[in-house]
Amino acid sequence: MSVALEMRNITKRFPGVLALDSVNLLVEEGEIHAVVGENGAGKSTLMKILAGAYQKDAGQIFVRGKEVEITNTIDAQKQGIGMIYQEFNLIPHLSVAENIFLGRFPLTKSKKIKFDELNKMAQQYLKELETDISPQSIVGELSVADRQLVEIAKALSLNSSVLVMDEPTSSLSPGETEVLFGIMRKLKESGVSIIFISHHMDEIFSIADRVTVLRDGKYIGSWPISELNEEILVQKMVGRQMSDMFPKIEAEIGETILEVRNLTVPGYVSDVSFELRAGEILGIGGLVGAGRTELVNAIFGAIPTSEGEIFINGSRVAINHPQEAVENGIALIPEDRGQQGLVLKFSVKENITLPNLKRFVKRIEINTDQEEALADELVERFSIKTPSLAQLAENLSGGNQQKVVLAKWLGMKPKILILDEPTRGIDVGAKAEIHKLIGKLAAEGIGIIMVSSELPELLGVSDRILVMCRGEKTGEFTREEATSEKIMMAATGAIEMGVN
Amino acid sequence: MEKANLKKQKNILGEKLNLDVLRGLSSFIGLIVLCVLLAIISPVFLTVTNILNILVQVAVISVIAAGATFVILTGGIDLSVGSILGLCGVVSAGVLKATGSPVLAILTGILLGALLGLINGTVISIGKVPAFVTTLGMMSVARGLAFIYTHGRPISGFPDSFRFIGSGYLGNIPFPVIEAIIIFVIAAYILKKTPFGRYVYAIGSNEIATRLSGIKTNKHKIMVYVISGLLSGFAAIMFIGRINSGHPLGGDGYELDAIAAVVIGGTSLSGGKGTVMGTLIGALIMGVIRNGLNLLNVDAFWQGVVLGVVIVAAVLIDQRSKKTTNL
Repeated sequence: MSVALEMRNITKRFPGVLALDSVNLLVEEGEIHAVVGENGAGKSTLMKILAGAYQKDAGQIFVRGKEVEITNTIDAQKQGIGMIYQEFNLIPHLSVAENIFLGRFPLTKSKKIKFDELNKMAQQYLKELETDISPQSIVGELSVADRQLVEIAKALSLNSSVLVMDEPTSSLSPGETEVLFGIMRKLKESGVSIIFISHHMDEIFSIADRVTVLRDGKYIGSWPISELNEEILVQKMVGRQMSDMFPKIEAEIGETILEVRNLTVPGYVSDVSFELRAGEILGIGGLVGAGRTELVNAIFGAIPTSEGEIFINGSRVAINHPQEAVENGIALIPEDRGQQGLVLKFSVKENITLPNLKRFVKRIEINTDQEEALADELVERFSIKTPSLAQLAENLSGGNQQKVVLAKWLGMKPKILILDEPTRGIDVGAKAEIHKLIGKLAAEGIGIIMVSSELPELLGVSDRILVMCRGEKTGEFTREEATSEKIMMAATGAIEMGVN
Repeated sequence: MEKANLKKQKNILGEKLNLDVLRGLSSFIGLIVLCVLLAIISPVFLTVTNILNILVQVAVISVIAAGATFVILTGGIDLSVGSILGLCGVVSAGVLKATGSPVLAILTGILLGALLGLINGTVISIGKVPAFVTTLGMMSVARGLAFIYTHGRPISGFPDSFRFIGSGYLGNIPFPVIEAIIIFVIAAYILKKTPFGRYVYAIGSNEIATRLSGIKTNKHKIMVYVISGLLSGFAAIMFIGRINSGHPLGGDGYELDAIAAVVIGGTSLSGGKGTVMGTLIGALIMGVIRNGLNLLNVDAFWQGVVLGVVIVAAVLIDQRSKKTTNL
């Protein structure tokens, strides 16, 4: 096997931070190479340098043994490096074929696009991926998984020999992930090298050939996956022992504080009922698109319901706006930190106090001393790592951002805390910390609803698990009853609707 | 110990903030440079009469621009301010003629402005019609109503008691200048110190996250258009008091001057970033350039060209300075 790509002693400095300190990466031809590390370890920076989005301060890049300079994205493309980003770079209103060949359309002499040929060319690449996506479909109407395939087809059409996939599975269901892995294996057989970035240990162990570990911008090492196991890899990533990934804190479970009856959100949730007790952690499992996010957002008043009743401490409440949820002591930590949870351009302090501002108004003025005191207290309580309260939220790592979102809501002392995918895109160390926090909050008597797509998280953290499939509740298990298999059966509809 | 560390870092960031302030000062420095240049070129420029003249001319636009700052900070836009000024001016003049009561006339003008702003805000936030379209419609409707109300003829000749707001003096200082200063101080206070001010910035930065924080974003969005309309109504009283006439074409094109003042003052059109004091400086820069061109006997037709170039240049410089600070 020969070396497809080598990055040698790459160093990158941002004002005040050494983001990469002499990092190495060696990718063989036809291998799937996982790059792992906690958030802030430097994975994204390294990939952005490879893609030409950032400039390295020192170091060398070799493609097939030849040193190259990559100063912009076109250079990267010319060297056969294809990027599949988390946020897609497709144009939603154009067709699949138009997206794949954007800027490289086959033209007639009078500069008209030859659509027949364009579609045929696109079809060829789609076929290679064994997908039945039509070249004429509009990209905006495709599922996330299909859009990702279009991105891959585009990269292949550019003759990419090295594909970088940054968390490609983060919004895929397990089934879709399997399909993607199948395609990745096929690409690998045809000699394409894949750099795979993921936080999911099971995925790394099921698909990667070798692993490179980064920690705090430093190169820790590279190993064949066969020489590692999950525990060792996690240790290398965090640089410390991870004795228990899901420490369960025993909490006393009290009275029913929330009761949801026959809740329906047209098109997403049909007729779901459940109860939540004080100090209890209720996990909600299911596949992506099962209606879990819609269910919790409806309880929070962020999206309208057509039917259903909500009772808090036994009395019926009407919640039609998040503000009314807040007044009833409900807090929601949304799925998407950057878009829904935080005002990224606001400081840590301003984010933490946003839902609580009214509490420290003196006549009409914000009492900044009280505001700062609350922010200070919460930063300390949640051990948020930030240089100061004035730091902009966008400059924090994912784990710390999530802690800011938690702090923001716990400032109002909620009775019911809803968490939607609380550890998505968060590194292993911060994950455990957040799990510990959730446990502590339950022990304080807060009722917690946690939507999660990660089975180990659901099983490890929850007292009770409710499973949804296609908008309906298809299963409910106590902590003792629950197993991965039972949850997957309910989530895929095999229990209630399918087989028999 | 960690606490001490936090405090120490705070100081470092304090310095960084000062750098930010310094960048905000760039338009202020521009204004000073402009004044120095004009003072050298024209002997008339630095006379008290001329300076007061500039301030009076800037007063009306700056009051509208203060309102526009609120709207633009939320990521919205209000194109109807000039027409609202026109309509409020003629209606206020009409009420004054009909009742003889300056107080009633003034209140009518201001409240009418607020009402039109309320309509704008409601259509935009509840009706989900883009602000550009809504206020473009209001721009046309208000101007049309001003013509219908007056049959196209100006209403002129007001008592001094009414005109005081637009042309009075307190000692040697023109009263409109004092009014504008008071309005800017109040606006700055609201934006900096009150929860509403914080929400305005939050909505402009990320409306979804703000709503999900349990904040009634619609209510606050309506409010900024009410403020914009109300200040346009007040500017109308200043305006017709100064020229002693309510004309249906009053305030024509002021929306562009107001938006220009906001933008030159460093407020981002996409919302979330900017200050009302920046807007004041922006309005002054426009006023000084206009005055300078007059003093230098530049053809009035050329003035539009120069101002247009200044607006684009100001934003261009701002963008470039951002590029060097960010990565």
